[in-house]
Amino acid sequence: MIGSGPPAVDVPGAAPPETRWRSLTTEQGARGALIAAASTVVVVAAASWWILTSETWPAVQRQFFNPENFAESWPAVVSGFWLDVRMFLVAEVAILVFALLLAVIRALRGPAFFPLRAMTVVYIDLMRGIPIILLVLLLGFGIPALDLPGVPRSPLFWGLAALVLSYSAYTAEVYRAGIESVHESQRMSARALGLTQWQALRHVLVPQAVRNVVPALLNGFVSLQKDVALVYILGIREAVREAQIYNARTFNYTGYVAAAVLFLAVSVPVARFTDWYAARDRRRKQAG
Amino acid sequence: MTAVAKLEVRAVSKAFDGKPVLVDVNLAVAEHDVVCLIGSSGSGKSTLLKCIDLLVPIDTGEIILDGRVITARGVDADAVRHGIGIVFQAFNLFPHLTVLDNITLSPRRVHRMERADAEQRARSLLYRFGLVDKEADYPDRLSGGQQQRVAIVRALASQPALMLLDEITSALDPELVAEVLNVVRQLKDDGMTMVIATHEMGFAREVADRVCFLDGGRILEHGPPAEIFTNPQQERTQRFLQRIIEAGRL
Ligand SMILES: Nc1ncnc2c1ncn2[C@@H]1O[C@H](COP(=O)(O)OP(=O)(O)OP(=O)(O)O)[C@@H](O)[C@H]1O
Ligand SMILES: [Mg+2]
Repeated sequence: MIGSGPPAVDVPGAAPPETRWRSLTTEQGARGALIAAASTVVVVAAASWWILTSETWPAVQRQFFNPENFAESWPAVVSGFWLDVRMFLVAEVAILVFALLLAVIRALRGPAFFPLRAMTVVYIDLMRGIPIILLVLLLGFGIPALDLPGVPRSPLFWGLAALVLSYSAYTAEVYRAGIESVHESQRMSARALGLTQWQALRHVLVPQAVRNVVPALLNGFVSLQKDVALVYILGIREAVREAQIYNARTFNYTGYVAAAVLFLAVSVPVARFTDWYAARDRRRKQAG
Repeated sequence: MTAVAKLEVRAVSKAFDGKPVLVDVNLAVAEHDVVCLIGSSGSGKSTLLKCIDLLVPIDTGEIILDGRVITARGVDADAVRHGIGIVFQAFNLFPHLTVLDNITLSPRRVHRMERADAEQRARSLLYRFGLVDKEADYPDRLSGGQQQRVAIVRALASQPALMLLDEITSALDPELVAEVLNVVRQLKDDGMTMVIATHEMGFAREVADRVCFLDGGRILEHGPPAEIFTNPQQERTQRFLQRIIEAGRL
């Protein structure tokens, strides 16, 4: 297979010079990998040596990377992180549903829907314009303080609500881009078959739109997975809050590092998966 | 033209952003008749078909289907479209649905048919048009000609009394054109009333009961194909046909 013409690369109609360049790197593939590995080892070794032999390293290690403090803070941080995970799952589902509703309303045509459309536009602009942390504070402290009858008083509820409201605005825009990327003839064909606007969206436009925006939605997952930690400011004992409590008690920062490790353990695989999925998607589109 | 008109277009005009695209168009189509719209690119053929299917609102005039003014206020456009099937040049099929699901979508969702009944009808149509083995395929697995045949079958699945075909072969490789045109011939033999926009002059000549020549949004000339193609009265029609003949398409 190798040497029988250019492989199916990710650039359609790749120019001849590029093809040449690619075949060059293919021929030198083994040597290239060797160079990459060697230079990585050298760089990592140099950086480690420089850090570990510096005068401040023992202090840094004591403050940030102390195995004893790590072990001591771990149980509380893990249980806090479990709350982060659950908050993420609940919020993400709510966001995906609510944002889709917003995007569908925005995609409705005809003068009768103008007020609804206008409302979603105003909503999206407002929510995208306010820092999330401000919304978290506003709803998380503000609404329980109002003491309204029949309204939940839990800061956790309102903290999550703030995240959902804000993220839904962004996610609605993602869906909207997806709906607009579906060819106009698809809408026309659906309407011509007698489907109502709503049925056309439901059975024809949205299913295609969602497929087109899966990578963008996954990026949103990574981002939300970290941003749920913002509710720490309401005193909710998730991972960051637990690390902060540990730090206040021991004046040691290793608990924060423990929390960071946990967030990374989830977000890095999702980010890798997103890249993989997007690349596969691109290949499929070019093949088809 | 003594038969009652199935479809009547009366003094219809349409402009896009102030640019006239249809100008005082009059057209009557008797039941079981096939009318072909010919004319150069941009002459308004597609727009006229979309207006008839109420996919594009007209500015003035009226369109009458089965004696009923469908362009009047308060008419349920979705309901009108149930009686009309339309097939476009391209992008007809829904890529995320199988052939069978493409065909049964409207019968099931719009006409509230049971899945089993809708599928049975779809299968018998697929069988008729030589597509039985394709029902489980996704559109991107089919050739262009097969896709257009499925699109026709899908339009037929709602049992329309009028079919509008908009240049359904012009995106196809030449060797795939014949199989699609054969389907249209079959429909004509069944007595389907059709309005067909086409660049295939030989085909228009063969199947049309009447031919309309559109130019700049006006119907400049219309009549039986023998007249239009052999003895066009208007100078513009003559020039259009001359160009077609030079291009070897007649
Ligand atoms: N949605 C639209 N908005 C603005 N202008 C339009 C729209 N649709 C069509 N037009 C214009 O109307 C004119 C007629 O277009 P139409 O598609 O009806 O022509 P046609 O006869 O079908 O041409 P072709 O043979 O190329 O398909 C063209 O000038 C086109 O640019
Ligand atoms: Mg056209």
